[in-house]
Amino acid sequence: MARLTLKVNGTAREVETDDPDTPLLYVLRNDLALTGTHFGCGLAQCGACTVLVDGRAVRSCIAPARAVVGSEIVTIEGLGSPERPDPLQAAFIAEQAAQCGYCTAGMVMSARALLARTPRPTEAQVREALAGNLCRCGSHARVIRAVLRASGRASEAR
Amino acid sequence: MAAGLSRRAFLATSLAAGGALIVRPGGDGLGAVAPAHAQSIPDADRFLGKSLAPDAVDSYIAVRGDGTVTIFVGRVDLGTGSRIAIRQMVGEELDLAPDRIAMIEGDTALTPNQGGTGGSYGVARGGVQIRRAAATARQALLGLAATRLGRSADELEMADGTVCARDGSGSVGFGELIGDRTFDLKVDAKAPLKPHDRFRFIGRSLPRPDVPEKVTGHHRYLQDLVLPGMLHARVIHPPALGATLERVDESSIAGIGGARVVRIQSFLAVVAEREWDAVRAARALRAQWSGGGGLPDHAREFDLMRAGRIERDQEVARRGDLSALSAPPPGMRTLRASYRWPMQTHGSIGPSCGVADVRPDRVTVWSSSQNVHGLQNTFSRVLGVERAKVRVIYMDGAGSYGANGADDAALEALLLSRALGRPVRVQWSRQDEHGLDPKGPAQLLDLRAAVDKDGEIAAWETQAWLPIATANLPHIPLISLDSAGLPQTPGRATGLIYQNIDPPYAMPNLNAVVHWVADAPLRTSPLRAPGKIANTFAVESFTDEIAALARVDPLEFRLRRLSNPRGVEVLQKVAARMGWQPRPSPRRADRRAAVMTGRGLAYVHYKHEETIVAMGMEVAVERATGKIRVTRVVAAQDCGLMINPDCVKAQLEGNILQTLSRALHEEIRYDRDRVTTVDWASYPILTFPEVPRLELELIQRLDQPPLGAGEAASTPVGAALANAVFDATGVRLRTIPFRPERVKAALAGQGGAGRG
Repeated sequence: MARLTLKVNGTAREVETDDPDTPLLYVLRNDLALTGTHFGCGLAQCGACTVLVDGRAVRSCIAPARAVVGSEIVTIEGLGSPERPDPLQAAFIAEQAAQCGYCTAGMVMSARALLARTPRPTEAQVREALAGNLCRCGSHARVIRAVLRASGRASEAR
Repeated sequence: MAAGLSRRAFLATSLAAGGALIVRPGGDGLGAVAPAHAQSIPDADRFLGKSLAPDAVDSYIAVRGDGTVTIFVGRVDLGTGSRIAIRQMVGEELDLAPDRIAMIEGDTALTPNQGGTGGSYGVARGGVQIRRAAATARQALLGLAATRLGRSADELEMADGTVCARDGSGSVGFGELIGDRTFDLKVDAKAPLKPHDRFRFIGRSLPRPDVPEKVTGHHRYLQDLVLPGMLHARVIHPPALGATLERVDESSIAGIGGARVVRIQSFLAVVAEREWDAVRAARALRAQWSGGGGLPDHAREFDLMRAGRIERDQEVARRGDLSALSAPPPGMRTLRASYRWPMQTHGSIGPSCGVADVRPDRVTVWSSSQNVHGLQNTFSRVLGVERAKVRVIYMDGAGSYGANGADDAALEALLLSRALGRPVRVQWSRQDEHGLDPKGPAQLLDLRAAVDKDGEIAAWETQAWLPIATANLPHIPLISLDSAGLPQTPGRATGLIYQNIDPPYAMPNLNAVVHWVADAPLRTSPLRAPGKIANTFAVESFTDEIAALARVDPLEFRLRRLSNPRGVEVLQKVAARMGWQPRPSPRRADRRAAVMTGRGLAYVHYKHEETIVAMGMEVAVERATGKIRVTRVVAAQDCGLMINPDCVKAQLEGNILQTLSRALHEEIRYDRDRVTTVDWASYPILTFPEVPRLELELIQRLDQPPLGAGEAASTPVGAALANAVFDATGVRLRTIPFRPERVKAALAGQGGAGRG
């Protein structure tokens, strides 16, 4: 058993694992009970498992836990709560930008990374930043609107 | 984690007392205990033993002593918004704010069997049924209050969970009137419904209760369920469909965290205390298989359908005289074309999951199934346990649009829990979901028309080759029942895939026939608007082809043949929004231009009796690459009464974007053994940069019944797209998907390549 210390949502968390290559996703969901990060493909193709690592959007399904030791990890739970959503989450709520919602947390995290580096993105930049996040229900137009709303920009998407 | 363990021990005892609890191990949310399903109420099990009869008010509504109202809904919310819409319908009849109504969905022990969730009937049938139950309850409450208050019922009104005299002389709460007692009434189909001019909640876009939790990561999905003592499992599905397991080398997973093999004949799984160990073990396990496969040549899929054994023919519509097709008189032109829609997957973003706890005295299964009552029957039969002892509880999974792998994963968890005597969670991989979920079947349609010199349709014929569904099939066959050597009724499910093969337009001579093909290469199921997406693609593309032949504007051509005023209205709304200028397609343009633009439209009256949609599309087609960019989609929809217009709008958006994805990109491929498009690289779907501008108009019909919003708008997408591409390029695309290489080849052939 190896011990890893991960800094998650501002708190140092110690986890035990017998495989330090365990993807971060499984550590977050099963060891830290942070189940807002979802398993979608395990192949870094869909974005449902997106978290922030040192501010960058990372696919936690293929990121080995040991590789993020010492980094600042932020999950969807680190932004806000249903009672106190952060401004980006509040914009998703205002736009009702989720159907089944399984892909939504990953989109919020990708958008969070975008807004951190580009606080007032164009609609094209929003679309590009979310190009690796798949949605099957078809919530895309609302998601684009929500991100633009959070950035203080009006959307052309309807 | 010691803290987690001690909490588990505590919860194990409370679970033994009969509650079904979620344990969330780990340090977050100290001692977090949630009810068995996230949208439920903490003490849902207090209702165990309640009525489940579909005709009893008590099956749908309970009032507690404190006046709280709880409703029980058999059809579940798959992300569509019925979770708020049905509360609005009940709240309307009881004059109670929707946020004061608790709702339990899809629990075989608590909710009546309203049929599976599908067919756009969540609100249109399920909701309407509950609204009638609420209206019946309203009459009962008014009657009880009249006695209590010494007034006649028409001197009373309802407000905020009380019944009060209109003159303000007295009031009594729901709880005092009936709290914790039953109505003992049949649902009265004639109970008066609140007239629409007094609606307070119906027709308002109230926010969905599940969205804040979904966007903050706090929503509990089935995939997040953890039970005390639960094992994580991965099923190793055969490398060739139906293969026999010959030998398993258990030493190949030695040293992987205590993972172990479970084998029931050819059903093979690994289980472990820790999920990642189960994943690793599934990857490392060496097994030897034989046989299986036997799939036909994918490249010949449509030829094989045409040449396949036909079980029987079904006449969907027939009228008049069709001789103009076979023996056209002078001046009559004939037109024929074949349209192909390939096999496609549900493509749920989260692979299916199932959790089961099989105990000697009771069985509980948690599933995102669209048919929990069907699963209850199947599991009762599989286990040889009476139905009442099998409880299937719905929890949200990733979006499902017919029947994804959820039922299979639930069955696998059941088999493993029975074998191991512990709760088991089965999580499918991406490859499992793409490879094994039941598919939307391929469809082949041949159309013929005779067109006279004035452009009138003298005769129309549709012939459709569709795989036949099995009558009275109890359940879509589950793959691991076969692997485990357990009996089940063989057969095929497809949904009502023959509907809308006949055009919605006035014409004197028509024949529409289905050739029911005896078999299909893979397991199938209904997939959103079953069959009608492909059928409308064919019918509405062909309508455009006839209009082009007659050199008539496609909108004008349709309006001339449409008598339904609600149909005319949606078409006119789309035309107005698009600034539609009448002219025939294709447009006159430079055919050598690098980028060609065009417009198209399509129309549907879903099943000829439900929701009506018109859809216009604008596209830009790149000659060099064959890439189609959809720049704008304009749609108008009349689905009767909209309980929650914003939820309807979200369904309209979803129908358009999901089907655009299917039309542009999607095709399941297989080799002789199995599906080969098993991830998002080999089976790409629509991405954010491709999403067109959406302009949507919804028509509210307060005085009409709701007709369903979940499917209809997916059906005109393929034809609106094909018609726009034709308008832009003069090339008619008749085979889905419209991938760049196919479009490029068709453009190179300029017209001919798109044929047949």
